[in-house]
Amino acid sequence: MVYARLIAMRLLKAVIVLFLIIVFNFFLIQLAPGDPAAILAGEAGATDEAFLRQLREQFGLDQPLYVQLWHYVSGIATLDFGYSYRQQMPVLDLILERLPATLLLTGTAFVLSLALGIFAGSMAAARVKKISGSVIMALALVFYATPLFWVALMAVLLFSVYLDWLPAYGMFTVGAHYTGMAHILDVAKHLILPASTLALFFMAIYTRMTRASMLEASQQDYVKTARAKGLKDRVIQRRHILRNALLPIITLAGLQAGQMVGGAILTETVFAWPGIGRLMYEALMQRDYNLLLGIFFFSAALVIVFNIFTDLVYRLADPRIKEAS
Amino acid sequence: MTDTVLSIRNLTLALPKGADRRYAAENVTYDVAKGEIMCVVGESGSGKSMAANAVMGLLPKGVRPTDGEILFHGEDLLKLDEKRHRELRGLRIGMIFQEPMTALNPLMRAGDQIAEVFEAHGLYNAKERQQKALSLLEEVGIPQPEKAIRAYPFELSGGQRQRVMIAMALALEPELLIADEPTTALDVTTQAQILELIRDLQQRRNMAVMFITHDFGVVAEIATRVCVMRLGKVVELGLASDILGNPQHEYTRSLIDAIPSNAVPPARDVRDPAPLLEVRQLNKVFRSRGGLFKPSREVVALNDVSFTLDRGETVGIVGESGSGKSTMGRCVVRLERPDSGELLLDGVNLSALKGDALRRERKRVQMVFQDPYASLNPRTRVGLAIAQGPIANGVPRQEALKQAGDLLDLVGLGAAAAERFPHEFSGGQRQRIGIARALALNPELIVADEAVSALDVSIQAQILELLEDLKRKLSLSLLFITHDLRVAAQVCDRIIVMQHGRIVEQGTAQEVFLSPREAYTRELLDAIPGRAHEAAAV
Repeated sequence: MVYARLIAMRLLKAVIVLFLIIVFNFFLIQLAPGDPAAILAGEAGATDEAFLRQLREQFGLDQPLYVQLWHYVSGIATLDFGYSYRQQMPVLDLILERLPATLLLTGTAFVLSLALGIFAGSMAAARVKKISGSVIMALALVFYATPLFWVALMAVLLFSVYLDWLPAYGMFTVGAHYTGMAHILDVAKHLILPASTLALFFMAIYTRMTRASMLEASQQDYVKTARAKGLKDRVIQRRHILRNALLPIITLAGLQAGQMVGGAILTETVFAWPGIGRLMYEALMQRDYNLLLGIFFFSAALVIVFNIFTDLVYRLADPRIKEAS
Repeated sequence: MTDTVLSIRNLTLALPKGADRRYAAENVTYDVAKGEIMCVVGESGSGKSMAANAVMGLLPKGVRPTDGEILFHGEDLLKLDEKRHRELRGLRIGMIFQEPMTALNPLMRAGDQIAEVFEAHGLYNAKERQQKALSLLEEVGIPQPEKAIRAYPFELSGGQRQRVMIAMALALEPELLIADEPTTALDVTTQAQILELIRDLQQRRNMAVMFITHDFGVVAEIATRVCVMRLGKVVELGLASDILGNPQHEYTRSLIDAIPSNAVPPARDVRDPAPLLEVRQLNKVFRSRGGLFKPSREVVALNDVSFTLDRGETVGIVGESGSGKSTMGRCVVRLERPDSGELLLDGVNLSALKGDALRRERKRVQMVFQDPYASLNPRTRVGLAIAQGPIANGVPRQEALKQAGDLLDLVGLGAAAAERFPHEFSGGQRQRIGIARALALNPELIVADEAVSALDVSIQAQILELLEDLKRKLSLSLLFITHDLRVAAQVCDRIIVMQHGRIVEQGTAQEVFLSPREAYTRELLDAIPGRAHEAAAV
């Protein structure tokens, strides 16, 4: 009941925030130099004034700004994000076509980095004075410090070119037309390299954070209380130390989750993954403003959704948080 | 004594290299028998908790036993492996800790934390554990135990949390209970209740209790036998009545003497009874902001508070946590803005001042804070920390630093201390720094908010003496805020007793302390540990 009210409140705020983002993005694009009509005309190979005017009229570019804004906002309210003239497709269709691929990639990376990071971090915390603990931390530091694209290239070189275990690019084997289980396996195989590349950086952060946070929590009085009860170390680590140590990690995970739509441009480009990141890159290069605005909108919406979700998780994890911030 | 449960023999615990002394405990020998409360007394750093930690197998990292044995029913605990030792913990030896605020896991319900003790030793099923937890909570006298069992620690008061701790420690009816300063962080009235509870449970179950404390008042309340420790060594050991009545060792005597006594010094005449501070009908309400769906909460911290403080006078404000005494102090230095009412300092209405005018006037009232550890910036050298106030008020830097040196001299630390960082000083020394800082702006009034509460009794006495001395030398006035009526009676000319944001009683120290008019004041006085003992001795 409390949650239902909370979510309702947050969704109301989210709509307002989204509206502001739409308006802001709209004007941001307006500020960009260059006349879209001129570019369109240039692409078509014609530059005479009559054609330009016709283009402006056709796309409403000759209307006053507030009218254009009104058209745009009311369009979004009815899920009409406009038309991408470059791709010759409605923006919404383009994004929805690419979204699953991106969410599959970033979602896998998210789960992977969170699970492995917390696991490695708690291992390192439990082995703080042992060599194994130091090895974990050294690895985490290496992954943290290495540029993503370099890791990606090296991974391709090692696992695809040299060992030939995994495909180097794409989401599925072109021309193979697998169906059912074979298709899933094929995609999974293609997913391994980009997902783990993307996961490494955040995994390293989670590892370091979990370790630091657990070491801090293990100094707390309640850990001594737990030991005085005669609890086993394993139980104390999990139930008392890790649970208290997770709170800052939830905050960070919320931030990472918010990047799920737009955060994989580099990885998608290197591995030719057909996702939003690449779509955005192309849209940027081609001044496909409608498409760009649509992607902005989606990634903003996702950030908001994950912020709400993070707040809910936080509330579950820490009973002390009672009121809406 | 027969029925010895625990016997510590020549226990020596080595500190890691580089510590300020070699041994945390040296050649410590004492017994704890069934049915008795053995009080281990000492000031901070005396090593009084170390033996207890060794018994539990919970010694801090780096501290290790080098000699002696700890016999629990004849078995040497120092020779146990971790697994066997763990099996004893909670089951046959229970422990209560000092800080009820931090000793419970903030993310677990009270009931689950108690049930965990049974789980740790593989007893009962989940449902039975909850039932047992409930009956334990009933036994330790928590109000509404069926609600408390579902409560998270932050939803319980300090005293209630300590009751949960006790329920946890006693869950499996251990033969030995170790209580490490269990009442130090509590209000006097709560402390009296918890002491009574421990004594009561101890008698009902005929347990052996090892009670660690720094407070001889508490010792007088509950001890069967006493072991006085200093710098890791046992100084004196014997029956409580002997040690309290006829202490042999000089150190024990000094500790007992350092307790503020019941005798109230005669009132001094104030030469110049002109009011310096006039507080008129001060009100302050704290509101937690409610949301759209959440009602806002109000806490009345000050309710129509009026009093005056004469020039050269020391006025004590006494109350328990939540009484509004600290809010009062913070209003006087204008760290807090009162909702209504007047604060007149020498006729200037402080509560109405804003901006620059406030900045000019506020140096006339300075504050000494409670926690000497948290109230100094760890990265700022002491001299600069003291000089910052004058520098902010336009004194040239070099001159301010020189004055800081003089002030450090004045509070007995020596001008050389200016170059050092706060962590290089002990608690008492830091409080001297805090006082020097307050003096740097030549204030007329000093507000001391629990300025000696965090200190050992002997240090406490020194700081009080220093304040008294400075007050005379610099003709200061003092607003002394404390939870300790006894300390207040020693240093204050007049005492104001506060409860729930209201003034309950005010009068001269003698009136309030020796012939209180109000029931609440009497309740506070009765709760002071060791009072009965001392009344008998006087």
